[in-house]
Amino acid sequence: MTERRPIRLIVNGRAHEVSLPPNTTLLTALRDLGCTDAKNGCEQGECGACAVLLDGEPMNSCMILAWQADGARITTNAGLGTLERPHPIQEAFADAGAIQCGFCTSGMVIATKALLDRNPDPTEAEIRDALSGNLCRCTGYGQIAAAVHLAAERLRNLPSWSASSASEDGQEPAFKKRVLASDDVTGEGGRS
Amino acid sequence: MDDVQPKPLPEVNLPDLNQVGKPLRRVDALGKAVGATVYAADFTMPNMLHAKVLRSDRPHARIVRLDPSQAKALDGVACVLTGDDVKGAKLNTDLPGQTGREARSGSDAPVLALDTVRYVGEPIALVAAETLDLAEEALRLIDVEYEDLPAVFDPEEAMKPGAPILFEPDNVVSRYTIRKGDLDAGMAEADLVVESTFRMPFVEHAYLEPDAGVAWVDEQGVINIRVATQVVEHFRSIARALGVPQNRIRIRGTMVGGGFGSKEDITVEIFLAFLTRETGRPVKLVYTREEAFLATSKRHPFTITHRTGVKKDGRITASQIEMVADSGAYPYLTPYVLLYATGMATGPYKIDNVRIDSVAAATNQTFTSAFRGFGGPQAALGYEQQMDEIARALDLDPLEVRRANYMASGDTTCTGQEVSSAVWSEECATRVLAALGDRTPDSPTRRIGRGLANTFQSYGRIMWFHDTSRAWVGVELDGTVVIRCGVPDIGAGQSNSVCQIAAEILGVPLDRVTIYATDSAVTPLAGTSTATRQLYMSGNAVYSAASKIRARLARRAAEYIGVSEENILLENSRAIVTDDPSRFIELDALAKMCAAEGIELSHLAQFNAPFTDGLDPETGQGDIWPDFTFGAVAVEIAVDIETGQIDLLKCAASHDVGRAINPAAVQGQIAGGTHQGLGYALLEEFVLEEGRIRTPSLAEYMIPTIFDFPETDVIILESGTGVGPFGAKGIGEPALTPAAPAVANAVADALGIRIPELPFTPKRVLEAVVEAREKRTL
Repeated sequence: MTERRPIRLIVNGRAHEVSLPPNTTLLTALRDLGCTDAKNGCEQGECGACAVLLDGEPMNSCMILAWQADGARITTNAGLGTLERPHPIQEAFADAGAIQCGFCTSGMVIATKALLDRNPDPTEAEIRDALSGNLCRCTGYGQIAAAVHLAAERLRNLPSWSASSASEDGQEPAFKKRVLASDDVTGEGGRS
Repeated sequence: MDDVQPKPLPEVNLPDLNQVGKPLRRVDALGKAVGATVYAADFTMPNMLHAKVLRSDRPHARIVRLDPSQAKALDGVACVLTGDDVKGAKLNTDLPGQTGREARSGSDAPVLALDTVRYVGEPIALVAAETLDLAEEALRLIDVEYEDLPAVFDPEEAMKPGAPILFEPDNVVSRYTIRKGDLDAGMAEADLVVESTFRMPFVEHAYLEPDAGVAWVDEQGVINIRVATQVVEHFRSIARALGVPQNRIRIRGTMVGGGFGSKEDITVEIFLAFLTRETGRPVKLVYTREEAFLATSKRHPFTITHRTGVKKDGRITASQIEMVADSGAYPYLTPYVLLYATGMATGPYKIDNVRIDSVAAATNQTFTSAFRGFGGPQAALGYEQQMDEIARALDLDPLEVRRANYMASGDTTCTGQEVSSAVWSEECATRVLAALGDRTPDSPTRRIGRGLANTFQSYGRIMWFHDTSRAWVGVELDGTVVIRCGVPDIGAGQSNSVCQIAAEILGVPLDRVTIYATDSAVTPLAGTSTATRQLYMSGNAVYSAASKIRARLARRAAEYIGVSEENILLENSRAIVTDDPSRFIELDALAKMCAAEGIELSHLAQFNAPFTDGLDPETGQGDIWPDFTFGAVAVEIAVDIETGQIDLLKCAASHDVGRAINPAAVQGQIAGGTHQGLGYALLEEFVLEEGRIRTPSLAEYMIPTIFDFPETDVIILESGTGVGPFGAKGIGEPALTPAAPAVANAVADALGIRIPELPFTPKRVLEAVVEAREKRTL
């Protein structure tokens, strides 16, 4: 617990230098940094609500230690779009009725982003395969799969949003650097 | 049940509306989509402490010694509370919210155990510390010494003489008796009596958001609690437990990451209230997944026996039903869950001679309480499996047996309550069967089965609770609309529905409506987001408030334009002359005019459900609920007789929702509810051994993934006859109820014998395959 190490987390285009003990998960670190759109549903890698992109790859952030993400580019759902400028995937989820309680949604959107980045025109089976690590207790998944189809279609028809040109770090162009003293990172998770 | 044609629908003329009936993007959708919605565990406060709960690891024990001194001495620990510190405070668990009925004497759950623990997971002590790590360390330093007591883990055993008693005088928590008609005469009239027993397990809600909250004391000394809850009215119970006036507790609900009934009971908020009062500092408490499994309610296990007298043509002449439910260690909502199961025990069928005896007993297991359907799904697993058993005994088609017994509008339930809205059981059943299409052929190792279930489920609360809801609606000077209504949104679209209703009545687009919800201090109390009641109750309250404002606006617009009030239509943010749309006044101009003249632009409305006095204590006859939603599910499954694996091949669900306020949201409710019911039948079993949980995580407790089941074919019917706004009926709970019995009937169809206990795991299926081969049904 006492051994801390300074690491650099580049989250949604912003670099954070934080000092963390070895047992802090990336999920806890992200939530301490205010990225509460990454949800803690189980902390055991079972539900996918904490999924983020780590250098473009979808990961359950509860299953990675923050140290392992040192220097990596991390994208959370909130890094993809905003209320004023939602990402087409986010908009598709809203339009397709794919959102009920919303607790799984950030993880679902991240899993969808990872899928469409490598496969812009997925089949139903490919969609279900890509989302198989994300649990939803509300929808029965049908409208979620429909949202992925809708997002894929919209992205294919919107070159400016195509997977190849979209920044993995989302819509924040500015690369702001914020240095946190280690003691600042106790508010959210409260890990000492 | 093959080649069924959909029964033609009765003629219904629903008006074509602008906002209601449209699959609009829900008002809460985009915030959730972009991750902007803030849930209870996402909040922090300055100077905030972190809390943990010490819980019993014994199913039944006396606490011989409880010593928190080492924990208190740990640097960074702000406070440790035990049962002594909270002065024996209890949770008034018999009824959330609005009335003050006494619980069964002494059986309310203590906030913290005093001298006895009655289940594994019962809270014993609270810790608040500077960090979560310190709070966890402090928990380990609390010294507890137990003396184990004899325990009981089965409700039938719990009612036998000599069983360990959880609360004097005995373990019976609740009992109901229904006597309708003449059972003996009905049985005498029967050609055959069919008897079956069905069993259902504990089930976990497995909402994605573990229970969470943050509490603080504000500058007025009011304890504020931000919490994921279905019931902001719990501020009353919390005030009682703390011994403070009710206006000194404020519940600020958040968007709830799934509730399904589990967040109907008090969870973290009572602990937070005590800790923040004690420390004077903000305190946060978030359950881990395992704690959410350990510490919160489950669906009641039931054993249901049906003895049914039938004529050769399938007509039921008499129905005798016995139900035994497991209440777990404390009553919570058990008496009402049992009432629901009892009052719906005979299903959507007209049966004149009925005798029902139901009982719930306490055991040393996780307590059981509300879970989507509230006893209705267990009742349905009884009556719908029995309908198929009757069909098998008489060698009739299951649909024909149902047709011979469907109740019609005007017929009565087993408690003698007349159903006044439309009853479209056959309309739903024929549509879901037709939707299955051609039957998949058997293969040597895969046996195909089809199953149907017709169910009904109440919406709105028990009428002797005298349920009410309030909503405030106002028009701003730019023609936008504000709703203030204490409705908790648990993900089903509760807040969106009332926004669509207000948008319709005031003639504005949905994006011109903003709702402020779920704050017990500043939003008018709307009652619980439970019992499929919010669209009915708060929908009607908003309808009423918006209609009052609409009338004022129309009157003023008529005067301004120079036509009569009846000729004014509110549409597209304008007041328009109905037969001459070129004559209009913009809503913002009209609002400014009204404001300048002192015409009220807001209204607070209260909607009262019908009030009744309860059932006849001798016969159980009387009215219980405001109305019912009727629906059906049909499934086709394949049973692998070598592995015991069941694959769901097709699933169709149809419900008469009265009027779909938002068809996309209704589809989501039906698809999601069906999915939960399919999980109940095929995957989910919350396993307790000697009171200890064997399925403490989402790895052991299996909820459906996107791989498990195909998409449900959702067929929405609209009779327009519900008691909700625009003729809507409720759909939240009814959506779940028919799925599990449909699967059960399909499994029995495939194997030729019935597996009497859910879920249909490969192990149970393989045992049944052996039995079926012995009986030569396979």
